[in-house]
Parts: sequence; structure tokens; C-alpha cells
Amino acid sequence: MSNYVQVETTINDEPITFLCEPRQSLLEVLRETLKLTGSKEGCNNGNCGACSVLLDGRLVNSCLVLAVEVAGKSVTTIEGLAHGDHLHPLQKTFLEHAALQCGICTPGFLVAAKALLDHNPHPSEHEIRYWLSGNLCRCTGYDKIVRAVQAAAQEMEAVAR
Amino acid sequence: MIIEEKPRQQETPAKPAYKVIGTRPVRPDGVEKVIGRAKYGADIDLPGMLYGKVLRSPVAHAYIRSIDTSAAEKLPGVKAVVTSADLPRLSSNEYIDMGEGGGQLQDLHDNILASRKVLYKGHAIASVAATNPHIAEEALSLIKLDLEELPPVLDPLEAMREDAPLLDDQRYTESLAGRSSKPSNIARHAQHAIGDIEAGFAQADVIVEREYRTSMVHQGYIEPQNGTALWDADDHITVWTSTQGAFSVRAELSKLLLVPLAQIRVIPMEIGGGFGGKIAVYLEPVAALLSRKAGRPVKMTMTRAEVLEATGPTSGTYIKLKMGAKKDGRLIAAQAYMVYESGAYPSSPLGAGMSCMLGPYDIPNVLIDGYDVVVNKPRTAAYRAPGAPAAAFAAESLVDELAGKVGLDPLTFRRINASKLGTRLANGNVLPRVGNYECITAAMESEHWNAPLSAPWRGRGVASGVWYNWGGLSSLTASVNADGSVTLTEGSTDIGGSRATAAMQLAEALGIPYESIHPFVADTDNIGYNDVTGGSRTTFATGWAVYEAAQQIKRQLIERAARLWECSETDVDYTNGVLTCKTNPDLRLSFKEMAEKAHSTGGTIVGCGNPSPKQFGPAFATHIVDVEVDPETGKVQILRYTAIQDVGTAIHPSYVEGQIQGGVAQGVGWALNEVYDYDEQGRLRNASLLDYRQPTTLDLPMIDTILVEVPNPTHPYGVRGVGEVPIVPPLAAVANAIAHATGQRFLKLPLNPDAVLRGLGKIK
Ligand code: FES
Ligand code: FES
Repeated sequence: MSNYVQVETTINDEPITFLCEPRQSLLEVLRETLKLTGSKEGCNNGNCGACSVLLDGRLVNSCLVLAVEVAGKSVTTIEGLAHGDHLHPLQKTFLEHAALQCGICTPGFLVAAKALLDHNPHPSEHEIRYWLSGNLCRCTGYDKIVRAVQAAAQEMEAVAR
Repeated sequence: MIIEEKPRQQETPAKPAYKVIGTRPVRPDGVEKVIGRAKYGADIDLPGMLYGKVLRSPVAHAYIRSIDTSAAEKLPGVKAVVTSADLPRLSSNEYIDMGEGGGQLQDLHDNILASRKVLYKGHAIASVAATNPHIAEEALSLIKLDLEELPPVLDPLEAMREDAPLLDDQRYTESLAGRSSKPSNIARHAQHAIGDIEAGFAQADVIVEREYRTSMVHQGYIEPQNGTALWDADDHITVWTSTQGAFSVRAELSKLLLVPLAQIRVIPMEIGGGFGGKIAVYLEPVAALLSRKAGRPVKMTMTRAEVLEATGPTSGTYIKLKMGAKKDGRLIAAQAYMVYESGAYPSSPLGAGMSCMLGPYDIPNVLIDGYDVVVNKPRTAAYRAPGAPAAAFAAESLVDELAGKVGLDPLTFRRINASKLGTRLANGNVLPRVGNYECITAAMESEHWNAPLSAPWRGRGVASGVWYNWGGLSSLTASVNADGSVTLTEGSTDIGGSRATAAMQLAEALGIPYESIHPFVADTDNIGYNDVTGGSRTTFATGWAVYEAAQQIKRQLIERAARLWECSETDVDYTNGVLTCKTNPDLRLSFKEMAEKAHSTGGTIVGCGNPSPKQFGPAFATHIVDVEVDPETGKVQILRYTAIQDVGTAIHPSYVEGQIQGGVAQGVGWALNEVYDYDEQGRLRNASLLDYRQPTTLDLPMIDTILVEVPNPTHPYGVRGVGEVPIVPPLAAVANAIAHATGQRFLKLPLNPDAVLRGLGKIK
């Protein structure tokens, strides 16, 4: 066990302690150690966005973060978006707008879109496209994803008012 | 002056008043997918599970002299190592049909673990299972390979030459004339002919001939291949995998591992895209062999580089095409010479390419010669409308030029020549009722086509395309529950919403709410044989099976009601989910009420469907695209895109639109950026998603769709299948738009900035 490191962190608002090897990525630990398999691996080198998570509120590719780096930080994964059976508005609009086909890219898009709406509640179509350009989807042609994000922004605004 | 006749027999029947079909409910598997709980193949976790990794050939062509795995086996944490020596020797070399495509069993065997030779960089050679993936990877570096390198052949035209290095000295050309006398890299020569080609060209007033080329491109699904296997001591094998066809995986495993079908259980996990690329097995048999040795379950997943280097791309192509038209714009003759590269083993979609290329046209004289050629690249696999996009790139580019030469706009030219009911194609088939004419007409009438487009360096292009679709086998059961809900157990992989479309068709047929149906995909131990999800068959054939199951349920409902009411069955009516007695209007029972009584009136009510539809509904499409070309950088931006498609009946219009938009996106990627960039040694230079440039959100605008509905007369709900044809027109539509923007014809894809600047003469 000597080359294992103990890491204390917060994941989806819960304090968690895990053991990992220094070479393990956050994505690997989330998926294989903590069994949080909602974050997906499409490339393991930062090119597809399927592994997107929030690290202290900032959007990162978890495949490019070492697990040891999250010590003392707060991680939000796709599993942390809904509260109980209360879906995040983005999750609802993704369903209503048929913004997923196979769904493998969906967790990454949802986390990335949440990060966008968290700091820019009224993005234009171009801003949405720009922000999500690090997330690849091969099924949808993006049309319905962009529309779902637009719809969620509107819904959240209506609720805020 | 062109007199355009509207084809007779083209009246479209009025659409029945459906209640569920045509609505847009949320899919039953949706919530799991947006909360991250849906389980894809790589998400599997089993007690004692090991991780497997594959050692792959560093070179494109070599003899394997020896493989020494002894050091790898000694590494702590390594539990099993396998090579091709661990695969059983095949007793026969049959052709195995995998639904979309297929191949010789021996080739599949050699592709899974190379034995005598490696035929491409990335070819699997050995595999290790260890307690974690990092140890497995370390162990791979301890395997000693002794390879005798051979010169690779990468270009299909070079591979066809008599003096080319041979991939396999036992491979001969198969053709109508029989088998070639000498071994060759040409695996097959096929021919389609109709009419008299020479007489045809003799009548032509305008003839254009061009040579077109496309590169290998990849399906590009975001989820890499995966496979997990447990081989029990009693020779029962369980496999968890993301596949387009669990039964196809089972059949392939049975033939490769020589284990009876009933001893193999394939559990289909959710699948993160396939597009034809997840039918042939890669990892599953290897994981099974490792598991047998280790006595523990073994999970394997590919890296993205492995996906690009070693799983099916689709063929690069060379197509020489000559077409002739009369002054009045009527096509009179077409001749093609088509070369499809298969990669390491014969597997190209040549036949479908030949059939689809000129499918949108009624041409009396056609001669097509096609060649399937092996090269030192990965074995190709089906990719959405396999073979058709590259063929349509050639045909639709050339048709565009011909239209210009006879002075017709490209849509009028297409409509004059449109294939229709009764058109005989060069492959011998006669078209049933199709919506080709309607699509072109809808394009002509569209706002997009009639919108002005000015500014320099902008251009508009159109192209048509066809995919003939497929039926295949579907088998399912629908069990009526005591509370009026229905459990729908099917065996077709759901890649993009087919659980929803199956449930919708069942709801329609039974006149019950969509929400009361619970559809799910069973594993191979729990349902009868289903073909792969491919060929745009699932909503069509599984929908058909659902319809059959619903008829059985209806019959049982009527029987029960007749017994209860002591009347004759013919006096019972079942409409909109309600049973009534024709002779006594006071007697009525809803579906739910009858379901509640099922157990006391004769037992469980179950319907099954096992159709084997032989007639399919071809799908046609016409696309319009506006582009802007930056003459300084060579970059092409898509400004606007409209896809018009005959969808038969749109069961769930949002998913139909989604299929079209996704197909367009892939087609645009193929047209503009995607390429297999090999160096001279056959090493892929762009084996990552950064360098293999799939379209991103910024590369595409919103993609407008116009759904034309010409119902397929052979399907109970008029379904045609919609998934594949949308990838067929974009390549040529984009190229035609660029031609109009630049005044320059581009004959080779992709049209990335480099190619555009070269074409414009700005760089050499
Ligand atoms: S898996 Fe992390 S970006 Fe692709
Ligand atoms: S829905 Fe399949 S990759 Fe996006």
C-alpha cells in the first residue's frame, strides 16, 4: 500500500476520503474506486468532454486532473446535479428536447452547460456553442442540445423572477 | 423548354388519425441517462474483476516470428496472458453474416488476435489481464515481439497492381467469372449493368467524366469499444458489452470459441453510439479467453487511439464516373469504375455503394464495375448507410455539373430524372413506392432554396441520396400486467430512442397510453433472436413485431370478453382501448378493466411478434446547404443547412429530426475535415480526437429538417427507417456549395483548409 495516497475531498456536497495511486486520474478514481460511473471516458486526453466535472465550481476534464489534486477541494459530478428526484432544469429540458440519443456525451454536456448557466444565465446561441465546443457529440448534430440549453436558461430565468 | 410530368401513381394516401404516433413523449430510459445512472459497457463492476489490455502491432505489415510473454506473465498482479495460440483452431472458414456486413470467419479470427502476420498498425497480437489497468499496461511492455517487417501497401490503386506486396498469398479475386488464377489484393470484382452502355452514350448530347476520391473515415462514436467476460468452469460464458447486436456477438463468439450458443449469455449494456462500428467483435473473445485462464471476470475497454487505429473505419474510395444526358436534361447513360478499400480483410460496403450511387435516378443504360481491395489498414466496418456517402459524393457532384451544362437548375434536373415506383435499377431491383420526387419538390418549395444568397465566397449546394433500408428479424413479447400496464421485452439494441418508438407503436396498436408501457431490452437468455440494430431496421421491424404482438393481445382480449359476455367473438369490438359488445351497448370494458380480470378469465395475456419482413421501404433525401469560404485561410463555414427526407411515418418526430441532424453532422465532418492521415509506413498520424477532427458545436449551425411523409405501404404504420440516408447527401451537397462559392470543382475529400487553399492555387 505504500504508494497509495489518502485524499480528503468533497464530492457532490459529501465529505469523502479515498485512497489512490499518484498516477491515477480523477476520472479513474471517480469511476473505478468511487463507482461514480456517470462521468464517461471518451478519450482520456482532454478532447471530448465526456468526463466533465466541476472542481470548486470550475469546469474541468476529470481525465486531465490527477486524483490527488482534489484534496481539500469540492467536486461536482453528474450524479450531483439532481436533488433527490428533483431534476436540474437542464436535465429536464434535455429530456423534453430530445437532446440525447445514445446519451454517452450527455453527462458531460449537462455538467458543462450547468457551469455556463452558473456564470452566464442568458447566453446567446453563439456563447452556448462556444462554451460547449469542448464537448463532442456524435449523435445529435448539436441542434437539440443547444436548444435544450436555451430552454433551460429561459426556465431558470422564469423561476428566478 | 422542359415539360415535366408529375409521375402517375404518386398520390400520397391521407395520414390516418394516429393518437400516439407523431407525438413527442419523453423516452423511458431518459431519466437514468441524464442523472448518470444508466450503465454503459465500461461502467460494469464485478467482484474479483480484472482489467485487460491489448498489445498491438507497431508496424503496418510484418510476419510474426515469435511472441515471448514469459516476462509479462511474471509481473506481480498479472493473472493471464493470451495470444492467438489460445484461440481455438477453426474447423471451417464460413462466411458469417453479421447483419450489416459480415466476413469470413477466419478473417475475423485473425483480426481479433493476429497469428501468422500483422496486417496493419494497431493489429492485436497479445493481451494481458491484471489486477489493475496500469499493471496490465506495464506487462504489455514486457512482451517481446520478433517481427519481420514487410513493405506495406496503403493506396488501393497501388494495391491492385500485379507487383504490389500481397497482404495474403492465399487471397484470390472472386467475381462472376469465378476465382482468379493468381493471388491478388483485389478480393472481389462485382458488376451491375442495365441497358446498353455504348448505345446510351451514343445518344448523349452532354457527357462529363470525373475521378473522385474519399479518405477512410471513422464512425466516431464517443464511447470506445468495451467488453467484459466471465468464463465459468462449466464452459458457460457471460459477456457484458456495448453492442448493436447482442445476438450477433453471441453468434460470433460461438463460432470463434467453439462454444454452443445456449452456453453464451450476452448482456447488452447501454451503448454510446455505434453507427455500424459496434457489430463485429474485437475485445469480447479476448476478454473471454483471459477470463478462462484467470478464472475471474475480465473487463476491457479501448483507448481512443485503439478505436481509431484498430476498429472499423469505413472505406476510402476511388470512383471514376462518366454520365451522359440529352439536351432536354434527361440522363441516358452512366458508367462507373469504383474501388473501395477494405482495410486488412475483405469487408468493404462496395455492393451497397454500387447500388446506392445512382439510386435517385432513372437511367436506362448503366454499367458499374466495382472492386473490393485489401490494404494495410484496419479492417473496415459498416458506417451509417455503408458505402453510399462516398458513391453519392461522386454521382451528386457530377449530376450538379451536368445540370449546369444542360442549363437546368440542379433540383429541376434531379426531378426530371427522379427514380420512382417501378424504376429498374442497375442492380436489378425495381423500386417500390418511394418519396424521391416529393423530397425534391419539397426542396424546391422550401424557404431555404428560395432565400437569396449573395456576398462573394458564398455558395449554395444541393444533393440527393438514397438508402434502401433493411428489415431483418425482431422478436419480442408484450405481457399485460394486472393493473393494465404492459411490459414490453425486446431484443433490439436501443441506440437513440427505439424503446420509445416501440412503446409508441404498441400504445397506438392497443389504444392505451404510452406511459403505461414499460419497454426494456433483454439479454440473449431472455428473448428470441434479434438482428443487429443497423440498416435503419429497428423502428421498422421491431415496430412490426410490436404490431403483431398487439394483434395477439387484442384477439385474447376479445376472446375473454366474449366468454364473459356470453356472446360471439364477432360481436365484440375493440377500439381505442375499449371492448364493447355490438349487440348490447351496456357491455363495455376498458383495456385496464379487462387486464384486471385476466387472471380469472383464462390466465396471463401475452402477445409475441416474430416477423421476418422481406419488403423494406427505401428512404430518399435531398439536402440544401449554404457555405462561406474564407479565401485567406481556406476554411469553410456552414451557414445554413436544410435536410429534406421521406421518413415514411415519423413515429417520434423529435427522434427522426435527431437522426437526420446527426447524419448531417457526420456527413459535414466527412466533407470538410475527417480523414485517416497515414504516413508512408502506414502509421496513423491523427489517432486522437484532437487531430481526427469531428464537427464541434462551432462547426455547425442549427440543422433544419423537413419531414416528408410518404408512408411505406408494406408496414402497418408506414415506417421506412430514417437513420442512415441523412449521411448520404451531405458530402456532395457541401462540395457543390463550395464549387458555387469558389467557381472551382473539388473532386477529393476532405475539403479542409489545406485542400481548399491548394484548389484555389494559393498554396502548392
Ligand atoms: S475523457 Fe476526458 S476529455 Fe475525453
Ligand atoms: S448522444 Fe450520442 S454522443 Fe451525444
